[in-house]
Amino acid sequence: MYDLIVIGGGPAGLAAACAAWEGGLRSILIVERDQELGGILNQCIHNGFGLHYFKEELTGPEYAGRFIRMLSDTGVEVRLDTMVLEVTADRQVHMVGKTTGYRVEQARSIVLAMGCRERTRGAIGIPGTRPAGVFTAGAAQRYVNMEGWMPGNRVVILGSGDIGLIMARRMTLEGAKVLACVEVMPYSGGLNRNIVQCLHDYDIPLYLSHTVTDIRGKDRVEQVVVSQVDERRNPIPGTEMVFDCDTLLLSVGLIPENELTRQAGVEMDRRTNGAVVYENMETSIPGVFACGNVCHVHDLVDFVTAESQRAGAAAARYVAQNGDAPQRVLQVRNGDGVTYTVPQRIRPDRVEKRCDLFFRVNRICGDSEILVTSGDTQIARFKREHLAPGEMENITLPRVLLDKARDEITVSIREVEQA
Amino acid sequence: MKELICIVCPKGCHLHVDEANDYKVTGNGCPRGAEYGRIELTHPTRVVTSTVRCAGGRYPRCPVKTDQPVPKEQIFEVMRALDQMELTAPVQVGQVVLSDVCRTGANVVATRSI
Repeated sequence: MYDLIVIGGGPAGLAAACAAWEGGLRSILIVERDQELGGILNQCIHNGFGLHYFKEELTGPEYAGRFIRMLSDTGVEVRLDTMVLEVTADRQVHMVGKTTGYRVEQARSIVLAMGCRERTRGAIGIPGTRPAGVFTAGAAQRYVNMEGWMPGNRVVILGSGDIGLIMARRMTLEGAKVLACVEVMPYSGGLNRNIVQCLHDYDIPLYLSHTVTDIRGKDRVEQVVVSQVDERRNPIPGTEMVFDCDTLLLSVGLIPENELTRQAGVEMDRRTNGAVVYENMETSIPGVFACGNVCHVHDLVDFVTAESQRAGAAAARYVAQNGDAPQRVLQVRNGDGVTYTVPQRIRPDRVEKRCDLFFRVNRICGDSEILVTSGDTQIARFKREHLAPGEMENITLPRVLLDKARDEITVSIREVEQA
Repeated sequence: MKELICIVCPKGCHLHVDEANDYKVTGNGCPRGAEYGRIELTHPTRVVTSTVRCAGGRYPRCPVKTDQPVPKEQIFEVMRALDQMELTAPVQVGQVVLSDVCRTGANVVATRSI
């Protein structure tokens, strides 16, 4: 019997395990399917990590390395090369490992930290032939940065999420010609700084409101056809551009990897594709927590760390208190302009001083106000100069405000009229 | 007056840099933005992150970075220098694997232990 089993040894799992250890738990197990800890950070060799958490700019492997070192100072047990097959509602974890075989472990609490995976060509249904040379950006990143293979020489990138932008620069530095970055939306899904330092620095054109409408080639990609799209994202005939290339990289979104979560019977949120969570990252099953990209896809690992530390600390409290009676619950609703919120539910009695609320907006806004209302009453208002779907927002609600709310609170966006 | 997006951190402040007035920066959220705005318009620099060949480890590549920004126009020169190199495990994170790369004054350091 473990106090806590953490599923996944990436940034979320590492931070959760460390926080649970600090919270007093002494029998903790991390189960990781890869041969090493660190998760996706190991292949993210670029810098820009850690500015919030460590107050300095680190590369992905450095950021992971610091947490792996912190973990090694604890007594947390780690099983590598081990795949979790099933998590049950009564907190049994079924796993199979190279050296340990099939095992079933019982836990008092569980942190789900499995991360996310990339959407593929099949997920977005790109027409055309099916030659070699179509990769997800993250797969290409692993080939280049860890395994030392170059996926191609002339590259088109579909999707302007951060991984796509980072790979545009990376492929260019390694000698490939990146012909274009193509984005179906009228705005980029990536951070502004990555548009500047990955595309502008290397004169790589970004085609907004465009998408790939054909892939040509028999054995290997030979051409990619790019078309402009209308406001309903339908390709406009006559706008086709043909790129002679051998590689198409896809950076078209991430999907939280929640097979285990669903199988356990955890209530899911269709908007985040992750579990519905309370203020302490607890799911609908008591003692089962979710954090990091398995809960909702983050932009910055620093925020994954902060969220996962809350989950780990909450797991420690749960074990110490052996659960407690149900309390008043506030539903958090998405108002105008808000795509999703995390947490989706808040138990004010469990909030010590304040509660962080994370959300995404569904459009680009200039000067705006974030409004938090309960019924007809406005309980909080926050100003922002700029909001974008690609940038996760957060607000902090003091406990005293939550106590004013009844049954539900709604988060919405109001753009301030320009004078 | 030039408009820039600051790349120092993920916030991405919209900077206004006044070239006529000693590169005075406005719109920056922190002092690092002011420095970035001035440097970007006088002698732009970037930290280079890449990999070098590495024998004897789990993977055939070791990730590296320059320990300070290098002139933007020398980025590809730095990449060519890295392409010449081969390390042998063990490598420690922070270890200098190439000092004063291309006479930029920056050292290339390993970003993980192998």
